[in-house]
Amino acid sequence: MTTSDLTEKPYAVEMLGIRRHFPGVDALKGVDFKVKAGEIHGLAGENGAGKSTLMKILAGAEHKDSGRILLKGQEVEISQPADALAHGISTVYQETSLAPHLSVAENLFLGRWPKRAGTVVDWRRLVKDAQAVLDRIGIDLPLRTPVNRLTIAQQQLAEIARALSHDASVLILDEPTSALADSEVSALFSVLRDLKRQGMSVILISHELDEFLELCDRISVMRDGQLVGERAASETNVVELVRMMVGRTLTEMYPKISVPIGDELLRVEGLRVRGRSRPVSFSVRAGEIVGFAGLLGAGRTSLMQAIVGAVPIDGGKVYVRGKAVRAHSPDHAIRSGIGYLTDDRRRTGLAGVLGVRSNLTLASLPQLSRSGVIKRRKETQVASDMVEALRIVTPSLNQPVALLSGGNQQKTVLGRWLVADVDVLILDQPTRGIDVGAKLEIYHIINNLAKAGKALVLVSDYLPELLGMSDRVIVMREGGTIAEFSREEATQEAILLAASGHPPRANGHEETGENYYKTTEITKGAMS
Amino acid sequence: MSTVGTQPEGEQERGAGSIGLKPEGRMPAGAVVAPGTEQSEGAQLARRLGAEVQGRAWLRRGLEQFGLALFVFALGVFLSLYSPYFLTGVNMSAVFVTMSFIAIIAVGQLMVIITAGIDLSVSSIVALSGVLSAYLVVYEHTGIALGMLIGVLSGGAVGVINGVLITQVKLPPFIATLATLSAILGVTELMVNGQPVGAPPAFDVLGAGKLGPVPWAIIVMVLVAVAGWFILARTTLGRCIYAIGSNYQAARLSGIAVNRVLMTVYVVQGLLAGLSGVIVASRVLTGDPAAGTNYNLDAIAAVVIGGGSLFGGEGTVFGAMVGALLMELISNGSDLLNISTFWQDVILGVVIVVAIAYDQVRRRALARR
Repeated sequence: MTTSDLTEKPYAVEMLGIRRHFPGVDALKGVDFKVKAGEIHGLAGENGAGKSTLMKILAGAEHKDSGRILLKGQEVEISQPADALAHGISTVYQETSLAPHLSVAENLFLGRWPKRAGTVVDWRRLVKDAQAVLDRIGIDLPLRTPVNRLTIAQQQLAEIARALSHDASVLILDEPTSALADSEVSALFSVLRDLKRQGMSVILISHELDEFLELCDRISVMRDGQLVGERAASETNVVELVRMMVGRTLTEMYPKISVPIGDELLRVEGLRVRGRSRPVSFSVRAGEIVGFAGLLGAGRTSLMQAIVGAVPIDGGKVYVRGKAVRAHSPDHAIRSGIGYLTDDRRRTGLAGVLGVRSNLTLASLPQLSRSGVIKRRKETQVASDMVEALRIVTPSLNQPVALLSGGNQQKTVLGRWLVADVDVLILDQPTRGIDVGAKLEIYHIINNLAKAGKALVLVSDYLPELLGMSDRVIVMREGGTIAEFSREEATQEAILLAASGHPPRANGHEETGENYYKTTEITKGAMS
Repeated sequence: MSTVGTQPEGEQERGAGSIGLKPEGRMPAGAVVAPGTEQSEGAQLARRLGAEVQGRAWLRRGLEQFGLALFVFALGVFLSLYSPYFLTGVNMSAVFVTMSFIAIIAVGQLMVIITAGIDLSVSSIVALSGVLSAYLVVYEHTGIALGMLIGVLSGGAVGVINGVLITQVKLPPFIATLATLSAILGVTELMVNGQPVGAPPAFDVLGAGKLGPVPWAIIVMVLVAVAGWFILARTTLGRCIYAIGSNYQAARLSGIAVNRVLMTVYVVQGLLAGLSGVIVASRVLTGDPAAGTNYNLDAIAAVVIGGGSLFGGEGTVFGAMVGALLMELISNGSDLLNISTFWQDVILGVVIVVAIAYDQVRRRALARR
């Protein structure tokens, strides 16, 4: 589809002169935002640029102070979520809003279950209707499985299916891919392209600019509550988008520096995560960054949690500086010098109601206390130094971290491990769901850690990041390691092939051969 | 702590500051983005906004803690105006002694609640420790001090059972302590066949005895409160208690020995409930298996009224003490104003609803940011 085709089409959504003032900040300063029917429209911008607020206004979840909303040329009043749904606007938010104990089918029609004689739920029809919805949008999900047994990716798809089960003509997706592995992203994309072909307008909020370029027809960029520009995806590139987002030029996204590689700091020998039969062995040396790639469910996070003793194992040993970690528990791992930055800061990283200071020093309390009493002055000193060094934007050290922005939250959990001064740091999705500026800051911190002679393990679903930062990349599949690439050998194609069961010079699995094409397809997009 | 890392140019900076982003103008030659410009107007805006939020947070926190204290003070003034008897030394002493029964338990319950747990077994512990100490003194002639000590320790033993059920058997605290609530009450009644044990007059030392003009019960309460404040506000144990309640997984993955901390908390709660039980028995010179029935919910109410959150991670000893005092004033004031005990229960219920509803509103406002 080319841009000239698009110009012929009418606008499905026009938001004109939208303003929204929050105490202390003009979140939206008169934004004009237009989306055509049958297009996928990307909405880019750093955290706090106002894109989520704009979309919440369209979805009826937030009020506008002034401005007009037109749907197919007709002015409409959207003051609550039900209004938006009635006008065919469905939203999928970042956080899942599914009922975890109910089945997929029940969730698809939550509150609208087909009834028999007006009272009893007609289960057979429910499943049939649900299957019809899934068929229509081309998603495959186990309908009778409770949602909490699905992977995050499947939950995301269920969420989208639910949004589409209302007869939607406009679909808003707020960072749908932040929790997905590449193959799942490509599956999601093909669903979205189908929807576009059916004439639907899809609005996509994302931090992954490559995704925008691959998927979207047009991209609008917001900065500081204003729309700074709109581009056809075919006529722009990452560099231009980033410049529009941050207001300056960015020539290199991954500032990898080379540092001398030292002694072996971490050695993992035959570690077997309980319930996974394959033993895993690898080692990381001082100054080295070892990347871990794999599809979702390949077992990377379980392995990392096993290394720090947070999940049970069936065997194997972990050594730091040649000495075995004494017992299998997180406190012993940390005492031996291994830190683990979790993949989900809200669920397993932050103590949300506690202040920035308490969060920063949480893994270092023994060093910051004498006979169990916290040395308050030292703690404050250490914490404020870290706030300054990582430039965590917070009004005070006592500010509950739940109130910080995503990037500052991430810097706080990362800062916790810098304060703890561990020898080995495992970073699980360290830049997930944070804006470009904060990502860059995190890359700089990772570089400095390498330079300081730490051994680093980097787990990421985002291949350009993994390739950009790692000295070596280990690929996992089905709980075991399947391939390893040096920095020179590592390409997105090779990693994706290995991750889907086609390691170099090894027999691939026939049944996964189909993935080959899917994964290479998205690679091209990501590389362009 | 001071060797976190080095600067890119090899410069050493002080302390933990050294590993982070380089300050402006110190980028290595290869760097392509000047980090000084990274945090644009947006960041400044966020900072300004944050300062504003913080300013209001201070006001809010002040209102929360001192607002309640102010209300309690106003209630005291009101009572002193309506009843000439209220401000007398005898009545004041009685108010604070009675308050101490709840307040001592509330300090332990506060710690439990901050870990996002709950201990429902305290009323049975109060019964057990009171009955056991009176029983030992009367029938085993252990002497008053030893009898009381064993009474207190029996509470700690129940705390151990609670802790094991919660950390090892992995029962939810509500279920584990509901079970011990029932079982321990049964054990207590079996021990004395359900009958109260009368204690000799000398047994009243903790409940009615005084140090100079001040009843021992009040001194014990103040010591417990100060110790509780110190643990929660100043020690690593206290910090771990808050962290576990705020986010159990985050605490565990940060190397906190969560089971040991939880065990400690439930044992402390058991010991404090045991202490309270002994004081109650000493006050009435009776080890009564029916004592302490109300203490469970009263202590939880004191914590919650004082700003403790049942979701964990929040609560202060000061708040819990003010909460306990408020409840005692409602009870004492109702007596003085001839309001029936039935109405007292209703009033207490209303106060709890108001306190929790306020907490919910506050929480929602926080979540909306």
